[in-house]
Amino acid sequence: MEHILEINNLRTSFLTGNGEVQAVRGVTFHVNQGEILGIVGESGSGKSVTSMSILQLLGSTAVIKEGSSILFENEELTKLKKKELRAIRGEKISMIFQDPMSSLNPLIPVGRQVEEMISEHHPEKKKDELKAMVLELFDRVKIPEPEKRYRSYPHEFSGGMRQRVMIAMALANRPRLLIADEPTTALDVTIQDQILKQLRELQRDYGTSIIFITHDLGVVAELCTRVAVMYGGLIMEEAGIDEIFENPRHPYTLGLLAAIPDIKQDKNKRLTPIEGTPPDMTDPPAGCPFAARCPYARNICAVKQPEYVQISEGHRSMCWLLDGRAPAGNNPFRKD
Amino acid sequence: MSEKTMLEVRDLTMHFMLNKSKNLKVHAVDGISFAIPRGKTLGLVGESGCGKSTCARTIIRIYDPTDGKIFLDGQDITRLSQKELKPLRKKMQMIFQDPYASLNARMVVRDIIAEPLLAHGIIHSKKEAGEYVYPMLERVGLTREHADRYAHEFSGGQRQRIGIARALILQPELVICDEPISALDVSIQAQVVNLLKDYQEEKGISYLFIAHDLSMVRYVSDQVGVMYLGQMAELCEAEEIYRKPLHPYTQGLLGSIPIPNPKLAREKVTSGIQGDIPSPVNPPEGCRFCPRCPYAKPVCSRETPRLKEVSPGHQVACHLY
Repeated sequence: MEHILEINNLRTSFLTGNGEVQAVRGVTFHVNQGEILGIVGESGSGKSVTSMSILQLLGSTAVIKEGSSILFENEELTKLKKKELRAIRGEKISMIFQDPMSSLNPLIPVGRQVEEMISEHHPEKKKDELKAMVLELFDRVKIPEPEKRYRSYPHEFSGGMRQRVMIAMALANRPRLLIADEPTTALDVTIQDQILKQLRELQRDYGTSIIFITHDLGVVAELCTRVAVMYGGLIMEEAGIDEIFENPRHPYTLGLLAAIPDIKQDKNKRLTPIEGTPPDMTDPPAGCPFAARCPYARNICAVKQPEYVQISEGHRSMCWLLDGRAPAGNNPFRKD
Repeated sequence: MSEKTMLEVRDLTMHFMLNKSKNLKVHAVDGISFAIPRGKTLGLVGESGCGKSTCARTIIRIYDPTDGKIFLDGQDITRLSQKELKPLRKKMQMIFQDPYASLNARMVVRDIIAEPLLAHGIIHSKKEAGEYVYPMLERVGLTREHADRYAHEFSGGQRQRIGIARALILQPELVICDEPISALDVSIQAQVVNLLKDYQEEKGISYLFIAHDLSMVRYVSDQVGVMYLGQMAELCEAEEIYRKPLHPYTQGLLGSIPIPNPKLAREKVTSGIQGDIPSPVNPPEGCRFCPRCPYAKPVCSRETPRLKEVSPGHQVACHLY
């Protein structure tokens, strides 16, 4: 299958007064043409920074380190000039974010904001042509009364409707890749359900590839074809959607799966959280970043970072428990 | 009213006037009634804008209710002045949604948690705070060393523990939890929920637990109320809410929850709810859910359905029943 995006050894840091925050510490993955890849992890795992690095939207304190490679349709994005990147943003790669209110200009009617996205890349388009395109987009993302909504301001929309405007804007130029950074986290489940349906339809009808970032494996199950689980600036495990739920091979993934509240959860059974908190990325642990919270951690885990183990085609995991030398005791991945 | 009821609200109504001359009002809460027995938890769910948080804030008397009654431990607190309320606040505390905005950034954790003790004259100087604050910090899963740090040095989950410690330090009998886990990662939510449940088992306190996550609410609550646009759509035992949801809105809410199993998710036939929650300024005539309801009949847009008991302990406001 054709890879639309290939990321190799991505390392992104923030230079702050308190030292270097190593948010992403060597991430390698790809996105297949027309698939929905989920990136899952807690706050601070580096999932958003990874996605923002692709279009370099991270602000002046961020540095993409030497040796990082982001290959989009065989073009190296890290080598591009600002102007060249601008031509790609919103045209070939679009993003939607968690908070649609802060992504929209409160002083400009939403219709015009979507038009701007088109005319930025296609200055030849005439005014009525633009308007017709926007109305069609609004209809596409199921914004009721597109003609009236075209002239409305962001504050006149509910959170869910604003997110639809953002999706319309992101899709305006039929991008090849859509990066969705927790687009439903701030929304009600009812609206989340509607937006997920929308994204599935877009992927089906336009063949858009999507990177979907979330902390909720439940959402991933509904939407994605493959998943990368991130923690401490690294990909802990990567697998196809069925594989990750049926055959998880990392203690962190096990923890995430156990933490999903189930509507049928036995009320007398305690929930199983992942105890502890994520590591401080100004001084990341020398070994596996999850070791301090891992119920199965060995001595080596805190000292040395494990290598990836290939479990099966397309399924890899970074964990010492998978090493042939790991003893079977207290090892969820060894049954002997 | 039984002696064992910790909190009861009757026909609680909270309208906010937008424009007096045009008589434009936000119908945030419109005639809500429920009771929470001692040691039990009532969960309130609904979409944003359904009035669940306003309900909480009205009960704790941040707002003066437009109509209805609030009884705390048998005492009518609906019209008490803030001065008269003060001694009662020891009994009733609140945990807020946003662990970032609800903690004072200029105070160290010890002072944040000690503040209620000072306000109620239980201690008279910050020097005495330690003997109360340290055990409480440990109780909520933090350590003594955390006492001298500022809120910004903590993660979201830890901040929420600080907020909980502040609410529990007065040993309240009722805690109103307004979306205490919504801002937290899934992996951290369970930590906070376990903490609240353990404390309840230990001390026998009551909770009003507000959230939009139906699975979590069902798990922590004994009874669940589903609110829609300021009114109670359904009220029943927590188990019933997913075993036998009656109101079409409740059914839609359940159908919207992502299924954490890719195979089942692909086969999912249940559909969620179409459209958005309407404005509480001009709520729809008749049943307020009617414009989004797949089963709406002509009567639904004419007459407001009353909340009625359809089986023991199971109330629903819907013309289908």
